This record gives sequence, structure tokens and C-alpha cells, in this order.
Amino acid sequence: MCLSESIVLITQDGVRLDGRRIDELRPVKMQVGVLKNCSGSAYIEQGKTKILVAVQGPREAHPKHIALPGRAILRTRYHMAPFSTDERKSPAPSRREVELSKVIREALEPALFLEEYPKTVIDVFIEVLQADAGTRSAGITAASIALAEAGIPMRDLVTAVAVGKVGGKVVLDLNEAEDEHGEADMPIAMMPSLNKITLLQLNGRLTRQELEEGVNLVKKGIKELYSLQKQALRARFSGAQVEV
Amino acid sequence: MLADLSTVEEFVPIQQKELLALLSTGVREDGRKFDEYRKVEIQTSIYEKANGSAMVKIGNTVAVAGVKAELGEPFPDTPNEGVLTVSLELLPHASPSFEPGPPDENAVEMSRIVDRGLRESKSIKTSELCVLPGKKVWVIYVDIYAMDHDGNIVDASGIAALAALLTAKIPEVKVEGEDVVLLESTRGIPMAERPVPVTVAKIGDYLVVDPSLSEENVADVRVTMTTLESGIVSSIQKSGSGTLEEPDVLKIYDLAYEKGKEIRSLLAKLG
Repeated sequence: MCLSESIVLITQDGVRLDGRRIDELRPVKMQVGVLKNCSGSAYIEQGKTKILVAVQGPREAHPKHIALPGRAILRTRYHMAPFSTDERKSPAPSRREVELSKVIREALEPALFLEEYPKTVIDVFIEVLQADAGTRSAGITAASIALAEAGIPMRDLVTAVAVGKVGGKVVLDLNEAEDEHGEADMPIAMMPSLNKITLLQLNGRLTRQELEEGVNLVKKGIKELYSLQKQALRARFSGAQVEV
Repeated sequence: MLADLSTVEEFVPIQQKELLALLSTGVREDGRKFDEYRKVEIQTSIYEKANGSAMVKIGNTVAVAGVKAELGEPFPDTPNEGVLTVSLELLPHASPSFEPGPPDENAVEMSRIVDRGLRESKSIKTSELCVLPGKKVWVIYVDIYAMDHDGNIVDASGIAALAALLTAKIPEVKVEGEDVVLLESTRGIPMAERPVPVTVAKIGDYLVVDPSLSEENVADVRVTMTTLESGIVSSIQKSGSGTLEEPDVLKIYDLAYEKGKEIRSLLAKLG
């Protein structure tokens, strides 16, 4: 009945189901500027997780009364495609999606100079095409490079990845099996150069020491993803456009 | 009543400046120390028709929780386990900024924080709520009402939910073949943990526990950590568009664990 007891998620030598070590990211692909009708866009694959992000704006706020005199409004929509999960997900936004849209907005907002664009709105649309854990963090990582492509001035990029506890060990970047059968999942977003945390959540059970270990381990993953983000932005603006 | 200007965006920097000036002298607006929780009052069994109920006051913040238990079907992937459903409603009674109707993102977020705190800690022994495997299990509904908002609704709601669960009584049952008969006698809901959420706000560089409404309005960030007796943290949520420094995480954990202990000792008196 309880799968977590029958599956060995991590071997004695610290090798995970998909062959990774505890401190290894899944294979990651990022690409900036994949859509023509947006101010900015990005596509990310992290393991089997696949996400497309579009940025629209800064543009005039609709309805007008939501506009703020002193800064732009950031709106984010995290949404999972009906075909992104094993069982079809209803396209109507779930409570989970409402919550994630909020925490993702609050993860990106500290990086943006929104005061440069008063009375406008910047929309970030995060569409999860295939979900295999880590979708909010991969969504943030991709959204931040899409915002950069849109030319919105930023203090730093925002980079996110989850750490978790699987088979009693603190590991980096859970996949779906680890998320489902593991003991804890802790997504974290940071502005890496400024060393500031912009998103922090935990589902599951961690001791104080594991919490500390997790925060340390996440920095390794964030550092690697940060350099991939910069690489993707450089590729976009050096003229070496790759196909979608 | 005059319009509440405290949440108008343009006023926030002014209020924050005032509050920061005060905090720099080591005092909070209401005279508390940074790590001082407001007085917590817990009353239980206040509604007879609910299986369990509780009212929690944190200063002037009030939340009530009602537990209703019904026999229902289990989820197909957990045929031998009872079901827990937690929801939080921000009543318009609580604040001029709360409106009736479908919950907004704040209500959804708070509701999910409380839900995760109870669920991820595995506080309820759901396997002991199975009546007829695969067919009949107890479905436990915990409905929380925020009734008066003076900051920190999340903690008040989480504590109310826990107090209501700890004191709830559900009927004993007798299984006769495929039929389930409810008996007159009752039993408690089997609980394995007492997860207590504690919220810490960051205002400028200061961490203050159990933020009041005026502190919440100007806080850059709020972090809610739910801890258990053993020191395990079972849920974390950062809320708000500010940032945290890395060392903040453990500082907040230490505050949450210490305050969680104090609140757990109040709950222990409920029996």
C-alpha cells in the first residue's frame, strides 16, 4: 500500500532512482526568446518538467482602476496544462495554482524596478506543459530570464530550485517520484548575486539540522542554474538564435 | 466608519518609517519585545452541534474553528485512510478589506498554510479513521472562520483548528457486514502530533514574532513555520514581496519552535 516503503529512492552509496547524486540537478535546458508576440519569453526543461513562459508588457493596465501611480503592477499566472499530468488536470485554476501564482509573483517582484513603469502592468504567464516536480521553481527560473529579455530593469536574476528529503537524505532538485514518496520538499528562490531569498516554502518534515543543510545545498543548485540563465540570455543577444 | 487608509500603498512607506524608528529603540508599537507573543486565549467546545470547536484569541485577533465528521468514501489511492479537509474563510466581519464571495489569493494562501501544517505533519492518524476499507472512512472537515483581524490570522486559525481537533468527539461505530451503525458512545480523533504555526514578520532588518495588523501592513515579509514537539518543522511559507537573508531562516525557526512550545503548553491544558 505504502509505496515509499517498497521503493528504494536512494541507495546506500547515495545514488538516486534516476542515477543522480544527492547534490546533482536534473539535466536542464533553457532558451530565451522563443515566442514572437511577447515582450519576453523563455522555455525551460528540467528533467521531464517542461515550461513555457511569456511576458507581456509593461503595457497599459486593464481595468484602469488597478493601475498604481507610483509603479507597475506585476501579475503572474502559474497554470498547468490539462495534459501536463498523469491524470488530466481540469483547466480551471485550482487553489494550488492560485497560491503558487501569488508566491511566484512575490519571488520575482523584489528583483524588478517596477517604479520605472508607473500606471502599467507587467504580465508573466507561466504555462506548465509537462509537470514532473519542481514546476514552481523552474517557472521562476524561466520567468526571470523572460523578464530580462523583455528589457525590464532588474536588480538580479531570480533563480529557484527545490531541495528535499528523500530516503532520509537531503537532496537537490526532486523529480516526481522523489516528491511523491519523499519526506519533504522545500522550494527556494534567490537573487544569487545579492544572496537574498525571495521564495521559501516547505511541505514535509525536516529537523533544524536538515533545514540548515537544505539551505546550504540549494545554493549549489542555484549557482549552476544562474550560470545557465546567463548563458541562455547571452545566446539570445549574441545573435546565435537557436530554433524552438 | 472612516475608510481604512492603513493598507493604501502610498501610506505604507510613511508608516514603515515610523515603525522602524520605534523598532530601532528596541520597542514595538504595542510595547512588546521582538520575541514576545501576544496573550493567547483558547476556548473549546463552544458549539454543541459541531463534533469539535474552538475559539482562539491572539490579542484582538479572533478565529474560530469547527470540526464536522461524516462517513464518506476514501480516496482511491488511500483506501484505508480517513480524509482531512481544511478550509479558512476570511469573514467580512473581520476587516473592511475582506469581502464575501469566492476567496481571494490571500485567503487561499492562508487556508493552504493551515492545511499543510496539519497534513504534512501527519498530525491525524488517518489510518485509524478507516471504518470499512475502501468503502467507508471518516471525513473530517475543519472549517475556520477569521472573525476579527488584528494581525496574524494564520496562527490564530492554525491554533483554533488544532484545538478543535484535539477536543472533537466522533461516534464509535459498529460494522455489521456491509452496514455501519453509529453508536451512542464517542471517541476522540486520533492525533499523533500537535503542529503549531508561528508567524514572524520582517520589518526592515528586524524580526518580530506574532505581528499585529499595523506591523503586518508595513512588513516586507512574513514567514510562517509550523513546528512539532520534537523540533521538526512541517511547513514553511514566506509571504510578501520582500526578501530574507540566509541566516534569517534559522533565526525564524528558533523563534517559531520556542513560541510553538509555549502555545503547545496552553493546548496541553485542554486535556
